[in-house]
Amino acid sequence: MSQTESPKATATNKDEEQARWLAMYEQMLTIRHFEEHVNQLYMTARMPGLAHLYSGEEAIAVGVCAALRRDDYITSTHRGHGHCLAKGARVDRMFAELLGKEAGYCRGKGGSMHIADQDTGNLGANAIVGGSAGIATGAAMSIKMRGSDQVAVCFFGDGALGQGVLYEVMNMAALWKFPIIYVCENNEYNEYTHYRETTAGDLSARSAAFGVPCETVDGQDIRAVYDTAQRLVARARQGEGPAFMLCNTYRYYGHHVGDIQRAYYRSKEEEERWKTQRDPIQLLADWLVEQGMTDHTLFERIEQKVQAEVEAGEQFALNAPFPDPGEVEEDVYA
Amino acid sequence: MLSSSTVSQHTTAGVREITLGQAIREALAEEMRRDPRVFIMGEDVAEAGTPFKVLSGLVEEFGTSRVIDTPISEAGIAGLGVGGAMTGMRPIVDIMFGDFIGLAMDQIVNQAAKVHYMSGGKLKVPLVVRTTMGATRRTAAQHSQSLQAWVSHVPGLKVVLPSTPYDAKGLLKTAIRDDNPVIFFEGKMMYQLKGLVPDTDYTIPFGVADIKRPGVDITIVATSSMVQIALAAAELLEKLEISAEIVDPRTTFPLDKDTLIASAKKTSRAIVIDEGYERYGVTAELASVIAEGAFYYLDAPVKRMGAMDVPVPFSPVLEDLTVPTAASVVEVAKTLCGRV
Repeated sequence: MSQTESPKATATNKDEEQARWLAMYEQMLTIRHFEEHVNQLYMTARMPGLAHLYSGEEAIAVGVCAALRRDDYITSTHRGHGHCLAKGARVDRMFAELLGKEAGYCRGKGGSMHIADQDTGNLGANAIVGGSAGIATGAAMSIKMRGSDQVAVCFFGDGALGQGVLYEVMNMAALWKFPIIYVCENNEYNEYTHYRETTAGDLSARSAAFGVPCETVDGQDIRAVYDTAQRLVARARQGEGPAFMLCNTYRYYGHHVGDIQRAYYRSKEEEERWKTQRDPIQLLADWLVEQGMTDHTLFERIEQKVQAEVEAGEQFALNAPFPDPGEVEEDVYA
Repeated sequence: MLSSSTVSQHTTAGVREITLGQAIREALAEEMRRDPRVFIMGEDVAEAGTPFKVLSGLVEEFGTSRVIDTPISEAGIAGLGVGGAMTGMRPIVDIMFGDFIGLAMDQIVNQAAKVHYMSGGKLKVPLVVRTTMGATRRTAAQHSQSLQAWVSHVPGLKVVLPSTPYDAKGLLKTAIRDDNPVIFFEGKMMYQLKGLVPDTDYTIPFGVADIKRPGVDITIVATSSMVQIALAAAELLEKLEISAEIVDPRTTFPLDKDTLIASAKKTSRAIVIDEGYERYGVTAELASVIAEGAFYYLDAPVKRMGAMDVPVPFSPVLEDLTVPTAASVVEVAKTLCGRV
């Protein structure tokens, strides 16, 4: 705070801060509700294919994307609904894509694992684990070659730490100082296997070996995620090169919606512990109350708004038409 | 060799005899001058100019920011190419030996080829992957394969196989201007092949086959290195009074089916030759196109000739057995024409 700042300016800053955290709260809640509805759509056999739910990890997508501009790039993963929504995708067109409808972001050709939205800088979710590391780093290379001040963010999970291409491109990003943040969402499980059974050594030492600074963050604490992301994004934007964010988090559901019997790889107690003690939405809510930034009525209003948006989006998608069969051969080539 | 379809267009000033390697370099330099978004990256592409010296001189003109030496990371550089192409650049990725595309295959097949379709047509990948093919260089099983069938199989990719310096320059320019991922195979034994090439700007459209030599008795469809073999065979066949028509598809996708079928209908006999492995190869597709399209006109089954179905051996005595030669093509042609 500068000494010359007026009381009015301070109040404005406080208002801005409150608005920012409430927006992030609403965004996380939207993702949570969206995923609950996706699960229901799947369970009631109204959705074809697979879905990998992001519930439990919302603070990472929302906290990181809140530090980005609309024209900054992201690449996402098979567990990507949260990233897409956090970068600005609309709920109704997301649902439409998941149901294979013409109104979807990819006109029904991509589905849950491939949502891309050029208008919000989303270069696409990727169903190959670690598969978007090249695309994100190439986008960062392009940013640098074009002389732009955009930044690229590559989201991936702990499973991608087993993929060689990640290290190939991180090496080049470090060599040539590309404006990219590698965001590792360590939800502890490579599909159905604990990451400690598949991943040797220190996770943060990997990027450090390339001279890429690693910051380990509590991925359930959106304030920590946002603060770290802001710092690393500003650094990248100023041309200081890539960074690695290791976010520790937890996946509430199974690897995908059909992964219901999970006792052979993790306990119900473990799941309950994360949900009751480390829920990212609850943690932010508690802090907002503590700061006097909100009250019961405001939470209620946000809840109702989010529910209405998600329900309307789902209805829109259920009623939307499928693509015309003639489109099957369209867009193979530009 | 100046292709027949172009002789009339370019017989004036500015046509010189240069090698296929020089034609490639000229196409790259002209496109880089024309479009600042075009850049080259790969292993030893800058000062070294690649082990084949095809890129020599480019870094001196365009600098290391546009002719970029990379680590030995084929998957990584292909991935950077895809991401760069999706966000406003027009990268040319150099994969030194075609054998190494195995390392980059996920980026080419699951990323580059799929992005446009999966995004419902919103994202584009104007990427060129230049690589090499061809045996008889005594470099054994991991530096000699001709793997064009692998990528020709995948929707979303275009695949180019130039056989002359003229075609190489015109097709490479088309590849660089195309908004899709294009895999461009250069016959590494043909870099010193000479031919007439205009020093001016011209492009050759994809999906247009070229009749490299007209004939009436038998059609020989050949790609890349095998075009030269087919032309040599045609010379020998002429002495036996067999007139062979040599058809070069130039691109395996898009494929000019009409020209292949029309030629086979005219001659009633066809051989298809490609330097890739014969089994499940490019020749299988070409033979199928002719068999379906010209069935009632054929006097003999379409005959395929590819590399032997063995890893390419080192010993020259063994290696030379694995690829079609003018002599082996002549024998097959004689059989098809009932001349044995």
